[in-house]
Amino acid sequence: MGSLRLRAGIVSVAILVLFLAGWQLAVSGGAAAPAMDPEYAKLMGASAVSGRSPMPGPLDIAQGLWRHLRDPFYDHGTNDKGIGIQLAWSVARVSAGWLLAVLVAVPMGFVIGMSPLLGRALDPFIQILKPISPLAWMPLALFTIRDSGVSAIFVIFICSIWPMLINTAFGVASVRKEWLNVAATLEVRPIRRALTVILPAAAPTILTGMRISIGIAWLVIVAAEMLVGGTGIGYFVWNEWNNLSISNVIIAILIIGVVGMLLDQLLARAQRAVTFPE
Amino acid sequence: MSTDPFDPTVRLHGCACGAHASQAEHNLAVGTDARLRGAVEGAVMRALFPNDARRRAFLSAVGRGTAAAAVAALFPIAAATEALAQAGVPEKKALKVGFIPITCATPIIMAAPMGFYAKQGLEVEVVKTAGWAVIRDKTLNGEYDAAHMLSPMPLAISLGLGAPAQPYTVAAIENINGQAITLSLKHKDRRDPKDWKGMRFAVPFDYSMHNYLLRYYLAEHGIDPDTDVQIRAVPPADMVANLRADNIDGFLGPDPFNQRAVFDGVGFIHILSRDIWDGHPCCAFGASKKMAVDTPNTFAALLRAIIDATEYAHDPAHRSEIATAIAPANYLNQPVTVLEQVLTGTFADGLGGVKKVPDRLDFDPFPWQSFAVWMLTQMKRWGQLKGEVDYAGVAREVFLATDARRLMEQAGFATPRTDTKSFVVMGKSFDPAAPDAYLSSFAVKRG
Repeated sequence: MGSLRLRAGIVSVAILVLFLAGWQLAVSGGAAAPAMDPEYAKLMGASAVSGRSPMPGPLDIAQGLWRHLRDPFYDHGTNDKGIGIQLAWSVARVSAGWLLAVLVAVPMGFVIGMSPLLGRALDPFIQILKPISPLAWMPLALFTIRDSGVSAIFVIFICSIWPMLINTAFGVASVRKEWLNVAATLEVRPIRRALTVILPAAAPTILTGMRISIGIAWLVIVAAEMLVGGTGIGYFVWNEWNNLSISNVIIAILIIGVVGMLLDQLLARAQRAVTFPE
Repeated sequence: MSTDPFDPTVRLHGCACGAHASQAEHNLAVGTDARLRGAVEGAVMRALFPNDARRRAFLSAVGRGTAAAAVAALFPIAAATEALAQAGVPEKKALKVGFIPITCATPIIMAAPMGFYAKQGLEVEVVKTAGWAVIRDKTLNGEYDAAHMLSPMPLAISLGLGAPAQPYTVAAIENINGQAITLSLKHKDRRDPKDWKGMRFAVPFDYSMHNYLLRYYLAEHGIDPDTDVQIRAVPPADMVANLRADNIDGFLGPDPFNQRAVFDGVGFIHILSRDIWDGHPCCAFGASKKMAVDTPNTFAALLRAIIDATEYAHDPAHRSEIATAIAPANYLNQPVTVLEQVLTGTFADGLGGVKKVPDRLDFDPFPWQSFAVWMLTQMKRWGQLKGEVDYAGVAREVFLATDARRLMEQAGFATPRTDTKSFVVMGKSFDPAAPDAYLSSFAVKRG
């Protein structure tokens, strides 16, 4: 096992090194500098003057990353804040929307899972609402909620709710009949039955739903913030795109990936904690 | 030259300063303080004597010295002069103003770092916004107190085109000229618009001067903008990226993105918008009618700051300083070189030449109502607006020429006597009094 891990690690590093080397090679070439009047050249950008590829290499990215990480919490005004502050905004929005969704989806999932009638009755609504891209809600949210910050949270809420709802309902509905029968024999009241029998039994499935949800929420927040702007990592990407700064966009992509992974790992850990052997 | 409100022989009512024709020289002759003092004294006397004949009778009876002393005792004119310099106590001081990161917004943006808002006693946060639809929605829902808009947008909002109808106003025009048609470098030998059939163009928004100017330009060259080419609405920031990716062949867009396309070696400047219509308006400073009515002092203070900043930006000598002030990531987030080229008019054209066009971009706050009438004719021309249009009525409701003139005069800037003027677009003159005749004179139009 240990040796497999080691070998996998070596292969991972090798892939990374190959990728970075290829990248550096691809961008370091480029056409010869076109002949240009010096007065004209002074008015032109570096990539147009030198004939170099406008795509930054891994070394540029590393430098830029270091610059951002060295001072992540600076605040140079409303529209220019450090990457740490932007990330904090995004994580806060995702947490708020996702927690709201937990509060709504888990109890609703319980009801749907425990009542076959309600399950069937609500199914068509869930099936129609589920595949709607959360961003399609954005104009409607802006129009009705009349606050872009709350609208972004609403979009996170609406995209996180479905996986949790469906997983909770499924987990609750598929609790083993024997356990419910034992509870019935012992005349356990419904509330107690839900909390002490069904909840622990369905917990792994519910956590799976939550994990899927937070992944989706993190995907969506970037797009939502690019749309409404103001703060957040999505705004950062948009602002740098606006400046056509590819290297900052790549840095943001990297950071988004790392934070997304951390959020996922957090819930994976919670999931392991509630899993039980049968 | 200055009007003395204690002089029984002059008329005070009718206009603020009474010396319209020579306002410019008058401004140069007297300093700001003297001008403000004159304005305050005039206002006090007008308030005390709503009837001008009574004021003259009173002054003739008691003599100017006595009257001035009596009024000064009753009303602290010196203090009021100071107060006016700082604005008439805004009802709301902390404001949010939205902007799109383009050079059209220069006065709105620079007023923050250069202290024009602070001078009026306002704490304004200028908030960068992703696109026109978002800035419209955020202004309509009250998150922004006022915003940078494309000048046709307030007309569209007031008429309920593309948004629920809500009375909206253009308090001031931001910039005139300052746009361009930028084409992809691969078209550098296709300079005649007659050869442009099948090309794909971008404009920032459906309700924009860019859209109307591009359509006008194409139609004058015999290209039908709806059937012969494709015109898409693309946010300004995405235009260069789309040009590089070959998703579009060109755009009529706001600076700095024309110059940015040149700077990055992806496009060249085919024609400046000043060569289509010299002096055309582009962006506007807009606020909802509700804001203007509910908080008149705030509205006036804000507008005063914008007018001050716009007039400051009008002076070519200030342009380099402004370029440096608005370039950082907090505002436009663009290289200073690009902004300097846009603002000073000495620029690389993308084909190897350096051009000097000092009026490539200019700033002039006065919201001419004839601009609105022209925009309405184009909305109707391209089918955005249907049926009968009360051109002059809508223009008067939305383009607040009277307010702008009053505040400009208070601040001592020269103002035009009328609210409308005629102008020439691609050699064809426009008479704001006869919009329907103008509209029917076009060969290419919808409906």
